[in-house]
Amino acid sequence: MIAVDIQKQLLGARGAFALDLKFSIAEGEFVTLFGDSGAGKTTLLRCLAGLETPDGGRIEVNGDTWFDGRSRVGVQHRRVGYMFQDYALFPNMSVRGNVEFAQRPGADRRRASELIEMMGLEELQARKPQTLSGGQQQRVALARALAAEPRLLLLDEPFSALDHQTRLRLQEEVLLMQRRFGITVIMVSHDVSEVYRLSSRVLILEAGRITREGAPMAVFGAGQSGGKFSFAGEILAIEAADVVFSVTLLVGSQIVRVIATAEEAQALKPGDRVTLLSKAFNPVLVPC
Amino acid sequence: MNHDWQPLLLTFKLAAITTLILCAVGIPFAWWLAHTRVRLKPVLEALVSMPLVLPPSVLGFYLLLAFSPSNWFGGVLEQVAGLKLAFSFSGLVVASVLFSFPFMVHPVQAGFQNLPKVLSEAAYTLGKSRWQTFLYVQLPNIRPQLVAGAVLSFAHTIGEFGVVLMIGGNLPGQTRVASIAIYDEVEAMNYDAANFYALVLFAISFVTLLGVYLVNRKMMARVI
Repeated sequence: MIAVDIQKQLLGARGAFALDLKFSIAEGEFVTLFGDSGAGKTTLLRCLAGLETPDGGRIEVNGDTWFDGRSRVGVQHRRVGYMFQDYALFPNMSVRGNVEFAQRPGADRRRASELIEMMGLEELQARKPQTLSGGQQQRVALARALAAEPRLLLLDEPFSALDHQTRLRLQEEVLLMQRRFGITVIMVSHDVSEVYRLSSRVLILEAGRITREGAPMAVFGAGQSGGKFSFAGEILAIEAADVVFSVTLLVGSQIVRVIATAEEAQALKPGDRVTLLSKAFNPVLVPC
Repeated sequence: MNHDWQPLLLTFKLAAITTLILCAVGIPFAWWLAHTRVRLKPVLEALVSMPLVLPPSVLGFYLLLAFSPSNWFGGVLEQVAGLKLAFSFSGLVVASVLFSFPFMVHPVQAGFQNLPKVLSEAAYTLGKSRWQTFLYVQLPNIRPQLVAGAVLSFAHTIGEFGVVLMIGGNLPGQTRVASIAIYDEVEAMNYDAANFYALVLFAISFVTLLGVYLVNRKMMARVI
């Protein structure tokens, strides 16, 4: 059980704001932090890891107090696995060296081999990380974070630099690892589909505060009404077509065209994020 | 023709010892300087860089005054530690370390500063202490800068003249390094001997620097 109640003054792109968060996470849960950049998601992860110190509040993990305003447990003693946005692999060490370096003193070297094998890195284990592709580096970073046998795994937009296919495969791997080792995971993400696929709970952060939380289904609108489909999308273009308007949307990686009335079209402009709702009287699922 | 190799050997002995001491002292100091938030930092940085702009004779002059046994500092050194620094080889080593300090500190400090902070943070989250992080993550990733610092210190010590002359004088086997010997031989119109020292210095310096650039190029190619 992780109980967080912290405050910290932050300087964002739109001026100063206060990070003020209170939440708790059960052991073994997979929680996502979702929100615009600059909302304080990465700062929260860094406070949990011990890389940054909150101005006040409390962080408790499984009964240990990591921070209580006066004293704090140092980053080295928190046993947190942190996967950085750009992976932060050590350029002077091989893939295997990176994983072995992460192991605790006296740990079994076979576990490093096991992780390397699990991540499909055997062929690459002698290579230096900078010679690997983004997806391969990401797998090394995950193997390295797990090699330290963390009690809590923090993932900072782990899949943002990857193409769609690789992303899907690695999400699957992360989920497998999380279930296998029973680790509590907190992940920062911008991607609704990712949040939905991986996490059991999502916290929406806006300007330093949690504005909504719950299961991804409930939070992102779907499931409230069984007969409706809803998709998050972004408007690409609005064109006049006879008496109505044709709105082109990006939903996931697909482009969709829908009809809007003149009044609706007036309230919208390209770049807007919208929810596309559809009454589904007769949904048909076709295998791809 | 029979040449006296002693000044050359003395030069390289001095440069080697100076470089070793600078590695031991300058690398930790550069690390500290790269990470500290002390208010005095600009003052310290200015002091470290002083040998770059001061005439060597200024540093030599003050060191000579400080080392003189008639001075309290020199007196304490001689009576307590039995160290005679004026006109001795040990004095040359101390002066060379001070004089070449920026050549070691500058590249290494820049190396530490340019190293992405996230690498050290990653090591910390993996439970590694600051010392382990320094040893296994930071140092190996600034190898080109370490090589540059060591070689520049070595080369700069070989090229010293003013400081050595001020505090070392010209004692054969003690303080008569090659650069002094050249000056001395020219004054005595022994152009042949002067040419010998000059040529050897020229050749060895060139080969050393060439070697470094070749090695560095290989290392960079491996990293990138």
